[in-house]
Amino acid sequence: MSTESIAWPTTTAASPSFVDHLHTWVTTVDHKRLGILYIVYALIFLVIGGVEATVMRIQLIRPHNDFVSPQVFNRMFTMHGTTMIFFVAMPILFGFANYLIPLMIGARDMAFPRLNAFGFWMTAFGGLLLYFSLVGANGLYGAGNAPDVGWFAYAPLTSQTFSVGHSTDFWTLALLVSGFGSISTAINIVATVLCMRCPGMTLAKMPLFAWLNLVMAGLVILAVSPLTAAQIMLLLDRYLGAHFFDTQAGGSAVIWMHFFWIFGHPEVYVLVLPAFAFASEIIPVFSRKAIFGYPVMVGATVAIGFISMSVWAHHMFTVGMGANANTFFVLSTLAIAVPTGIKIFNWLATMWGGKIEFKTPMLFCIAFLFQFLIAGLTGVMMSAAPFDWQLGNSYFVVAHFHYVIVGGILFTLFAAFYYWFPKMSGKMYSEILGKLHFWLFLIGFHLTFDFMHVPGLLGMPRRIYTYEPGRGWDTWNLIVTIGVFFQAAGILVFLGNLLWSYYRGKDAGSDPWDAWTLEWSTNSPPPAYNFASIPVVKSRRPLWDLKHPDDPDWKYE
Amino acid sequence: MLQMRSSMSRFLAQTIGLLFWSAVAVWASEPKGSFPDGTNIFAPASTPAKSIFGLSLFVLAVTGAIFLVVFALLLYCVVKFRKRRNDDGREPPQVYGSNQVELAWTVIPVLIVVALFMATARVIADVQKAARPDNAIEVIAIGHQFWWEYRYPAFGVVTANELHVPVSDDTHPTPTFIKLLSADTDHSFWIPRLAGKTDLIPNHPNSMWIDPHETGVYLGQCAQYCGTQHAKMLLRVYVQSQDEFARWIQEQRQPATVGNAVSQGQRIFETTACINCHTVAGTVANGRFGPDLTHLLSRDTIAAGAAKNTPENLRQWILNPAAIKPGSLMPAMQLSDPELDALTTYLETLR
Repeated sequence: MSTESIAWPTTTAASPSFVDHLHTWVTTVDHKRLGILYIVYALIFLVIGGVEATVMRIQLIRPHNDFVSPQVFNRMFTMHGTTMIFFVAMPILFGFANYLIPLMIGARDMAFPRLNAFGFWMTAFGGLLLYFSLVGANGLYGAGNAPDVGWFAYAPLTSQTFSVGHSTDFWTLALLVSGFGSISTAINIVATVLCMRCPGMTLAKMPLFAWLNLVMAGLVILAVSPLTAAQIMLLLDRYLGAHFFDTQAGGSAVIWMHFFWIFGHPEVYVLVLPAFAFASEIIPVFSRKAIFGYPVMVGATVAIGFISMSVWAHHMFTVGMGANANTFFVLSTLAIAVPTGIKIFNWLATMWGGKIEFKTPMLFCIAFLFQFLIAGLTGVMMSAAPFDWQLGNSYFVVAHFHYVIVGGILFTLFAAFYYWFPKMSGKMYSEILGKLHFWLFLIGFHLTFDFMHVPGLLGMPRRIYTYEPGRGWDTWNLIVTIGVFFQAAGILVFLGNLLWSYYRGKDAGSDPWDAWTLEWSTNSPPPAYNFASIPVVKSRRPLWDLKHPDDPDWKYE
Repeated sequence: MLQMRSSMSRFLAQTIGLLFWSAVAVWASEPKGSFPDGTNIFAPASTPAKSIFGLSLFVLAVTGAIFLVVFALLLYCVVKFRKRRNDDGREPPQVYGSNQVELAWTVIPVLIVVALFMATARVIADVQKAARPDNAIEVIAIGHQFWWEYRYPAFGVVTANELHVPVSDDTHPTPTFIKLLSADTDHSFWIPRLAGKTDLIPNHPNSMWIDPHETGVYLGQCAQYCGTQHAKMLLRVYVQSQDEFARWIQEQRQPATVGNAVSQGQRIFETTACINCHTVAGTVANGRFGPDLTHLLSRDTIAAGAAKNTPENLRQWILNPAAIKPGSLMPAMQLSDPELDALTTYLETLR
């Protein structure tokens, strides 16, 4: 038989069709793909939330502006806050945690891959529910078409008397559903960090990233549960005749505040601990030094976790809790400044004596240190309850928490994007575009949020769709609005950089930063199984040991 | 790359400079109005606001000092420990930590926290536990969507939106204690120059006090989101000399000035939905959902400070409230032009 007569089956597999491709993503239980799904999903909502913020800032550019009606403005700030917290910040941080924790602790996946997928799709469904209110909530005349009760939805504004139609229900259900997703992801992170570490990686040897996310996940379980309970109570109030928060029937508006803020304040730490995690990985690598005071950093993290559960009512200094309760919450709130300060000092000590390289991730981290310092100090100002009686619910507070969330968390998130983008995509980003993004965003951030403190000091309350001229607020609001456009330009450069680098970027190689944690020991992007063989580690910086066999870390730890 | 960087930094410097100077120019040209200190929290004119101001200076000094120290350290690190161009490519010495240093930057912040806490606790007690003297004026402030009701139980006076209190100087210390209630949603009473804010929450009575040291008008507005028109729920406090305040109370206690013959405007007022919500003392109008109009003309503003109290604005407000305050709960009254004129004329008699 001659070989020519044999017809080889065509083995050149046709590139999978779009539907097949989509199918692999929708059904995936791979922690890396779920991580990327979380991140892309959150980026879409980041743009939506940013547009909502821009609408508000255009409305406030001058007094008595009529760019949007009060009804639209109220929906905008409700949707902006809810979107940014629940559908941008939490998913994007879960995305990074999902992607990086197994890689950093030398595992092949999260502890519960299917639960992981469940968590993502619940969160995704929650976001869609919230925005479905735009078309679905118009049940009754004048019902409005998006929630307009503010992101902390104080009772009794959410009762059927004051919130007719179904917009508030969509808000409630969105948070309820995404809350289930968050809790399941948190359980998964705790289980993964505790049970899936590679041989040799004791708790004292795992990267700070894993420690911080472990505490974050614990806080999610403790904090999101009361919020979920409160949402169910609110639904009972609205539809089954319960009166938990219904003041007209003897319910308590203050109880809702307690429920919300016992979620709401730990939530701040749920968001900021992952930001600390990014900084704790990136600053050492670009300073070329080991993290300073690892055990103290861990201790401070755990301390923050515990203390953060006892500070919630500093959001309620003006609701008439009485002098003794106010005094207690002043003390607990001031106390949390101590471990937070320790963290800042340890990062500075890590940079001290190093050789700092000003790559884009490090620039964002340095800006983070500067801005988080200011955010912490304005936080100390407001922890002094009487000062808060003036500053609370004013634009000073708005400036303060945007300093935390944008100046702190978003800046480290950008650092994380640039730092791990080569690992996730296998491609190097454009350093020029990265720096352009940094400077545009830095200018925009400071124009907006530095100057936003001032109208607060001059008596401008938050959540007003317009304001009276002649109170000295006009100029500050103008500058604040101008800054928004710089930030928007920065975001466009950032998104452009991601897309351009993904398609056109140079190959990054497995370890572009000469870094020290396990994710840099595998390919970029990592294969589905992460590591060909499970690594064995002897210190906190396994790749340092590998690169410096003469001077390994495990000799000193 | 280097060239690009210098052109970028020049662009940045020019942009920032341009923005700065245009901001200064706009700020300088901004009309300052007739309230130079407006709602500035750093221009206190009453004991609670002054206590807070004192504490805030202390806190600002402490946090300012911390900022300077830590910022200087950060700046020093960034400049001193940057990677040099002639770097030898070797890793810097690895330092893993230092217990002494950690102890230092734990203990010092703890001491600072203790100092801040004690100063704060003292001001909390001073303001919240202040004794109420017998001659204090008592006012009940009730928050409504989107206006303020004030009741003076000792004088039998009810008014809206413009709070009148006597000055409290050294010769006649006369603080005003305000009981805060809400008729519907949460609100917050905030006159920055007189006191910090306190919320008005249904089913949860609160109280606060002020003792303004100088006469004048003090501004503020609702500081807790309360619904569609939260923005135009403005506050005005008229601090008057003891004599003027006594005279104002006298006038407010009078029933409405009604002419001998019932005017056409009054008939319209009393036969339409107006009286469901508004009170005019001494007539059949006794609604409580909207502001008491018995002495409407004694007030400078209408619609909770959203418009000046002029006949034109009053007419506009009855014709189409949304033109002044969209989302307000006052309905458009659907009256004909002659009816509107008559009604406005009647309201103009309520002095």
